[in-house]
Amino acid sequence: MSLPDPQFNIQGKLHHFIDLDGLDRKLLIEILDTAEGFAGVNDRTVKKVPLLRGKTVANLFFENSTRTRTAFELAAKRLSADILNVDLVTSSTNKGESLLDTLHVLEALQCDMFIVRHGDSGAAHFIARHVSPNINIINGGDGQHSHPTQGMLDMFTIRRHKGDFGNLCVVIIGDIKHSRVARSDISALVKLGAGEVRVVGPRTLIPADVESLGVTVYPSLDTALAGADVIMGLRLQKERMLNATVPSSSEFYRTYGLSPERLALASPDALVMHPGPTNRGVEIAGSVADGRQSVILEQVNFGIAVRMAVMSIVMGNSESLRHGELSA
Amino acid sequence: MTQTPVTQYDTPTVIHWLDGMVESLSGLIGQDRTIALIGIRRGGVDVGRYLLDKLRLAGVPIAEELGELNIAFYRDDFSSIGLHPVVGPSQVPFEVENRHIILVDDVLGTGRTVRAAMNEIFDYGRPARISLAVLVQRSGHELPIRADVAGHHLDVAADQYIDLDATNMQVNIGRKK
Repeated sequence: MSLPDPQFNIQGKLHHFIDLDGLDRKLLIEILDTAEGFAGVNDRTVKKVPLLRGKTVANLFFENSTRTRTAFELAAKRLSADILNVDLVTSSTNKGESLLDTLHVLEALQCDMFIVRHGDSGAAHFIARHVSPNINIINGGDGQHSHPTQGMLDMFTIRRHKGDFGNLCVVIIGDIKHSRVARSDISALVKLGAGEVRVVGPRTLIPADVESLGVTVYPSLDTALAGADVIMGLRLQKERMLNATVPSSSEFYRTYGLSPERLALASPDALVMHPGPTNRGVEIAGSVADGRQSVILEQVNFGIAVRMAVMSIVMGNSESLRHGELSA
Repeated sequence: MTQTPVTQYDTPTVIHWLDGMVESLSGLIGQDRTIALIGIRRGGVDVGRYLLDKLRLAGVPIAEELGELNIAFYRDDFSSIGLHPVVGPSQVPFEVENRHIILVDDVLGTGRTVRAAMNEIFDYGRPARISLAVLVQRSGHELPIRADVAGHHLDVAADQYIDLDATNMQVNIGRKK
C-alpha cells in the first residue's frame, strides 16, 4: 500500500512543495503564472507586497548554499514575512540534538513554513511527515533527489524567452546522475511538453535508466547541440573528480565543456543556462557564461519571483483550509 | 458561483452610464495634464479602456496607456481564502509619482478592493491625488470609500451580486448561491 502524496492537504491542494514528480502540468502552469505577477514586484519602487505579513519562515539549511538561502530569504522578505536563518551545518544537530527535536523547537517558536536544504535525499519528505500539520515545507534541495524551485525557475526563464515548450529542443549537459537540478528540470520539461529533451555527459555520470524519464541520451556533445534551443549546464562537483568518476577538469572541458565553437552548433538564438555556481573552464567557457545568449543571471533574478509564488500558494492553501475548519 | 441573473441592464443603458462617466471625468480633469487611468482587473480594465478611448477622442489631456492592477497580493482576505486566481500581472506603464491617478473599477461595493488597489498604487510611487471612478456604486460599503464619479447607483441586498458582462457591455444582477 502506498502512502498518499504528502505534498497535498485533505482538500487536494498543494501543502508542501517537495518534488515536481507528484505535480500535474496544470499546477506547474499555475505556479509559472503566479510567478509572472510577482516578477513585476521586483521592478517597482517598493519591492514588497503585504501578502505574508505576520508569517514566519525558517530557512533550515543543513547544507551550505548561499545562493538558494539568499533567494528564499529575499522572496520571504518581499512577501513581508519574517525570516529566520537557522544555520544547522554548525548548530545543535552537531551537539547531538536529533533532527526531530530541532524541528519541534522551531514549531514551538511559532514558525509557519520551513525551507529545507539537506544533503540526504528524502530529507524534506521525512520532515514533512513529522512536522505539525499547520507547517508548510518547501524543499530547497535534498541530496541527489530534487530541487523543485530551481526546476520551476528554469521553466520560468525558458517560458519568458521561448513562450511555448512544445517545439523546444533542450540539452542538459554533465553530471545527470548526481544532479537534483537535472532531475527536477527533466520532470518539469516532460510535464510541460517540451519537444525533445537530450542529455549528454560522461557515461559514469548518466543513470542507466534515464531514458525511462522521457529523455534521449546522446553520445557526444556536438551531436546533442545540433539544433538545440536551450542548453542547460550543470555544476561539476569537485568530489566527482576526487573519486575518479571524471578524469580531470581539463579533460571534462575538452569533451563536455560549452565552448564558443560548440555553442555555434546550436540554434543561433539558443539560451545558455546554468544553475550556478559555474566552474568557468570546466563546464562552460567564461565568454559563453558572460555572452549574449547567457541567461544565467536572469535565472537568479526570476528565482525570487518563482519562490514568492510557491510560498504564497502553499501558505494560502493552508490559510483557506484552516479558515474552513474554523467556520465549519 | 452565480446563477441566472434576476435583473439585466442592457447595452444601451450601460453605454449611457459610461458616457455619463466620460462627461463627469472631462469636468473633473479640466486642464490638469498629470492624469492617468488605472483599471482594476478584470472589470475595471474593461471600463477603463472604454473611458480612456472616449476621453482621448474628446482631446482630454491624459496618459496614452491604461494602467492595470491585479490586487491579488494586496487583498485582506488571504487568511480566509488564500491566494486568488491569477488574472495577469499588474502593469503600470507610467510614473505614478506626482500624478493624478483616476482609479477605475466596474462595481464599488464594500470598498475593500479599492483599499487594496490604493495600497498597491503607493508601492509604485506617491501620487499627487487619487480619484475613484466606478460604473456602479452599490450599497453595502464597509469602509469610508465612495466614488468621485459613478455611472449609476444601485441599492441591492447583501446576498445579491452585480456583474459586468464586458463582452456585451451589459450589467447583470442576481442572487449569490
